[in-house]
Amino acid sequence: MRPLVVGGEALLIEVGSAQQVAALHAELLRRRDAGELGAVREVVPAARTVLLDGVREPRALAERIARWEVPPLAETEGPLVTVPVRYDGPDLAEVARAWGVARREVAGIVGDTVFRVAFCGFAPGFGYLTGLPERFHLPRRATPRTVVPAGSLALAGEYAGVYPRSSPGGWQLVGTADAVLWDPGREPAALFAPGVRVRFEEAS
Amino acid sequence: MAGAALEVVRAGALTTVQDLGRPGYAHLGVPRSGALDAGALGLANRLLGNPAGAAALETTLDGVGLRARVPVTVAVTGAPCAVRVSGRPAAWGAPVWLPAGAELEVGRAESGVRSYVAVRGGFAVPPVLGSRSTDLLSGLGPAVLVAGVVLPVGPAGADPVRGADVPRAPAPPGARAGLVLPLRPGPRADWFEPASLAALWRAEFRVSPASNRVGLRTEAGPRLVRGRGGELPSEGMVLGAVQVPPDGLPVVFLADHPVTGGYPVVGVVPPGPALDAAAQARPGVPVRFVRAR
Repeated sequence: MRPLVVGGEALLIEVGSAQQVAALHAELLRRRDAGELGAVREVVPAARTVLLDGVREPRALAERIARWEVPPLAETEGPLVTVPVRYDGPDLAEVARAWGVARREVAGIVGDTVFRVAFCGFAPGFGYLTGLPERFHLPRRATPRTVVPAGSLALAGEYAGVYPRSSPGGWQLVGTADAVLWDPGREPAALFAPGVRVRFEEAS
Repeated sequence: MAGAALEVVRAGALTTVQDLGRPGYAHLGVPRSGALDAGALGLANRLLGNPAGAAALETTLDGVGLRARVPVTVAVTGAPCAVRVSGRPAAWGAPVWLPAGAELEVGRAESGVRSYVAVRGGFAVPPVLGSRSTDLLSGLGPAVLVAGVVLPVGPAGADPVRGADVPRAPAPPGARAGLVLPLRPGPRADWFEPASLAALWRAEFRVSPASNRVGLRTEAGPRLVRGRGGELPSEGMVLGAVQVPPDGLPVVFLADHPVTGGYPVVGVVPPGPALDAAAQARPGVPVRFVRAR
């Protein structure tokens, strides 16, 4: 675990894997809620880091954090959200071919995975979901689409995600979800907030 | 009963509602947004006795025209410009009273980029996640102003309108003055060739015309050369982060910056007067970085 000072009021903590990010993120929230971190404006997990922004004396905090023992995250920790999906994506056949399975088996492989929202980015409410076994990791499409419809369940690299609104995108589209991923009038605004566990269930 | 309101007569090139932004939601992918020249917004609100976070209008280069539906008090700060009330000259950087039906014409910026037009009581458009700021990166908050839009005005607070006792901000950098940005190296300064990094402190860039509310882009300077291969996994970004894309030309992140980014950050410009000045620097203005203490 490597804390790096960012400017005068932020700290970037670097770890080795997405699992360690999830564990560190949970630990940071626990300690923040217990008042151990002092004032913190933002706790922003990403691929291999967690950013603490708006902290006082980041250097002193870095020294403290470097001594922490962060327990691994239990697989069952975090709220679980179940999202119905229709497997009708334009890249479904290609994904099945890449995985060496029949089209109808894709739903089972995705459905058997309990994903976890590792971090958000790209657009409000767009969660990067980890958990898909490595043998199912896929490259992005060679040519990104100019329009990916809202609700598209998409795969790329170690991540899965659902587009909260229509936007350009280069991920492989396997299905469609009707769930409202993002609603600023709702608390929390993002259905997929960091730390949330997600199951995709085939819609009947 | 219709409440107090101002109608947009001339929207200008890019006029948005801005307050102090919506910090605290970066983990959900929401940029902080807010006034680019936070000092100018603060001054306008102090002049009017508004809370620091009252929403104002941020113009871009060519000002804005408004018509008061009821009597209101306004103040124009930020980029200096001509201010007229129904054709008569009025004060910049001071409270200005508009009778009902009067037209406020905020002119072209004489220097700098962004003028701020505050109203006593603040612009009371509906907040999104606690802020009335327009976020141009992710599309949150009120739409960019167009002619005909009616902007509601909130109730005035207990503090009185203030006047000349409020100190003025320094003028924005002109074409000759140049922009000097203090920079704290890190967290990814080690991604660059030491010689290239050392040259950064002697380099002079120019503000690129591609600059916007997301970032101040630079051009015409020496390119920062990476000392290692590979890609940086996306990581959290802060206000003032100086990100270096593969073309080697630094980009200083401003209020609408993305919450995460995959290019190394060579250093951070501390928020405050230097970043406010960056928000007022026109294309072509020389830019230098100096070591922040």
